[in-house]
Formats: sequence, C-alpha cells, structure tokens
Amino acid sequence: MDAIQTINLTKQYNGLTAVDHLNLQIKQGELFSLLGTNGAGKTTVIKMLSCLTAPTQGDAFIGGYSIVKDSWNVKSMIGVSPQETAVAPNLTVLENMELICGIHSFSKEKTSAKIAELTKLFDLQDILFKKAGKLSGGWQRRVSIAMALISEPCILFLDEPTLGLDVIARSELWEIIRALKGTVTIILTTHYMEEAETLSDRIGIMKNGKLLVVGTAQSLMEQTATEKFENAFISIVKEAAQ
Amino acid sequence: MKLFTFSKRCAKEILRDPLNLLFGLGFPGVLLLLLSAIQANVPVALFEITKLTPGITVFGLSFMTLFSATLIAKDRESSLLQRLYTTPLRAYDYILGYLLPVIPIAILQSTACYLLAIALGLPVNVNILYAILMTAPISVLYIALGLLCGSVFNVKQVGGICGALLTNLSAWLSGVWFDLELVGGTFEKIANLLPFVHAVEIQKAIINGSIAEAMCHFPVVFGYAAGTLCVAVFLFLRQMKKQ
Repeated sequence: MDAIQTINLTKQYNGLTAVDHLNLQIKQGELFSLLGTNGAGKTTVIKMLSCLTAPTQGDAFIGGYSIVKDSWNVKSMIGVSPQETAVAPNLTVLENMELICGIHSFSKEKTSAKIAELTKLFDLQDILFKKAGKLSGGWQRRVSIAMALISEPCILFLDEPTLGLDVIARSELWEIIRALKGTVTIILTTHYMEEAETLSDRIGIMKNGKLLVVGTAQSLMEQTATEKFENAFISIVKEAAQ
Repeated sequence: MKLFTFSKRCAKEILRDPLNLLFGLGFPGVLLLLLSAIQANVPVALFEITKLTPGITVFGLSFMTLFSATLIAKDRESSLLQRLYTTPLRAYDYILGYLLPVIPIAILQSTACYLLAIALGLPVNVNILYAILMTAPISVLYIALGLLCGSVFNVKQVGGICGALLTNLSAWLSGVWFDLELVGGTFEKIANLLPFVHAVEIQKAIINGSIAEAMCHFPVVFGYAAGTLCVAVFLFLRQMKKQ
C-alpha cells in the first residue's frame, strides 16, 4: 500500500486555486521532495495532508485513512515540522519534548526512553536544560524536528526544514534526515535544489498549484537534457510558463 | 493527561515571563501600598483598606486577560499551535488548557493582595478566605476576555488592547479609583451595565460578610463570564479552522 495517495486534491482560497487536482502516490519509507517557486502550493499540500486545512475538492489517503473523513486517525500517524520554528520558547528542550510525549499520552517509561533516543539522535545532550527560545535557529529547527518524531510517526512532513540555516547547521540536519530515510516516509519541501537532489528518492515539481513532473533527480536531468539538477528545475518551470 | 500536560505548559510559559510576574503580582501590590500611603495622609473613604483591597484584587485580574491573550497570540504567531493542531488534542483540550492554569495564578495574585492588605491593617477574619476563593469564578470572566482577544489579535495588538486599553477601562468602570456616583450620568449607567463594578462589589460584600449582597451581583458577573466564554470559544474554534 502507498503511504500517501492523493486523488484530485484541490484547494481554493477566495477563487484562487492554490493546489489544482493533485494526483500523487508516495511509497512507504520514501523521501519525497516537493519543489516549486514561491506560491507554487507546496505548503498548502503539506497543510492539507496534515489535516490543518480541508481540501476544497478531492481527497488524500494516508496509510489508507482519508484526510477528510478520518483526520483523527491520520493525525495519529503523522509528525509535522512547520516552516516556522514551532517550539514553546519559555520551556526547556527537555520540557518541550515532554510536552509532546504528554499530548500523545506516553507513559513515564516510554517518555524517558523516547527522549533518550531522540537526544542521542539529534545530539541534544548539551542543550537539554536550556530554554528553547534562547537557542540559535539551527538548534531550534533540530528540536522542532525531534518533537515531530516523538509520536513515532509513519509519515513525517518537513516544511522547508533548513530555511535560513547556515551551511554547517544545514549539513548537520541533512545527516539527521538521511538517518531517518527508510524507516519513516518523509515529505520535504525546499527551495534548495542541492538539498532535494542529495536527499530525495523522488522529486515532484509544482507551479501555480499544478504538479508538473515527478521523478528521480537523475531522470529529471535526463528528461531536460541538463547536467545540473538546478538547470533541470529551471527548464521544467520555464517550459510550463510558456 | 493531554489536558493536564497542555495546562502545565501554559502555566510555565506565563510564570516564566518576568514581565508577567512584575506586572501581574507586583503592580497591584505597589498600587495597594501607594494608595494606602495616600489614605494615611489624606483620608478618603474610597481608599479605606476594606474598600480598596477588593478593588485592587479585581483590578489585578485584568492582568489575567493580558496573560492569556498574549500566550494564545504568541502561540498562533510562532506556529506552535499549528504543530499542536496536527496532534490528537481536541478543541476542548486547547480551550480548557488555556483557561484552567490561569485560575490558580489569579488566586495566587489575590492571596498576595490580601496578605499585603493584612499587613497594612485589614482585619483578619474568615471572609478574606471566602473573598480569595471567589476570585476563581470571577477570574473566568477576565480569562475568557483573554481567550477572545488572543484568538483575534496579534501579539502587538494584544499588548495595546489588553495591556493598556482594557486594563484602564476595566479599572475606570469598576469604581476602584473614583466613586462612580461622583461622575454619574451616562458613565455611571454604562459602568453599571458592565460587569467590572459588580465584580468589585462582590468582593467588597464578601469582605463585609454580606453574602446576600454579593449574590445580587452574581447574575451580571457570571452572565458576562458565560457570554464572553461562549464568544471566545467560537472565535478560537474559528481561527483553529482557519489554520
């Protein structure tokens, strides 16, 4: 079974079509990147798939559950790291993680085990007792993704996870995302071509709410007869504009 | 469990903000000291400790509006609420989670006010305990106003509307700083139509040991509290849906 299947998924805001009849299948354990120019509809897709906003038309199935009819079951399967950092600023990193554990009704033992596991994976030991609001952007993003993983989601949505981070922080986050590949299905939106090319199993390119192409970075370069993935992206988007 | 976890987080966010502690707990105390000092030099009936303390206690509750509104507005702006909306928290978990932890803070503030008042000469009796306990239901009105403002305004707007406008308006219209009868006319009529003066009268009546008199003001205060809470819940759910 596909981890995610969208059927004519559409979202309109005041007559403006943000996502236009999106049909997409994403396999279990796959890292799928959604690329596109500003306003292409990437974040709206993530918002619909994570039940934050209802589609105007169509549906999507996450682990077989409809985002329209079974949002409660969908929410128990997903983890979301929003575009803006979403941490409780006056709480320590440890308390932030405990908050999410509590919201998912974890037992004391499970809470301790999960926090220990994520502290190790994200190397949070030194900042565990620091207030999340006092951390740098890179560390806040790390904590934010760690929080998204607490519920042991089958599907993880990362909305521009490395936006605004310096090169080192970005490369460290890439390492973490790589480590998650295969175990969790990851849907990632990004503006960084290198990030999509390096991390993704498949890439979808959107423009004006429409999905233009889906394929591996290699296949998209072959399709456009380009040697750099960035050029392939530009070629596809420009061609769609003509 | 989920509700408790979320409430605990909200309480921590409020109590760890030094400005909240300074204004919420410190400011009413400073006012009590200042007005008592004025009263010692120029006696005014309105500022007698038995009348002043209930008024200051209720004035202090307007900071609960500011606390809850600021917290909700900040959560909305920081995307934390967006993250939480993707978890199995229900709508009532959010509403009660924001509402419930502020009630003990209101009781704590009221206790601090009455303890200071005792030090300034308020006669010690069981009525003080009743007055402190009555803070809890009265505070629902102020917290609901916070839930309402936090659901509609951003952090900057909340600072202006709840921090400046509402705090002053509720104080002027509650008869804490001046006798409403002295102003009279439309101002007095408007003040009597609103719940703030009635909240102060409840506290004054309880301190005077007159439960029957306090009960006369219950319908206005708790009617407004229930009405405000309903509107606040509607607006919160509306912004939740908008996400």
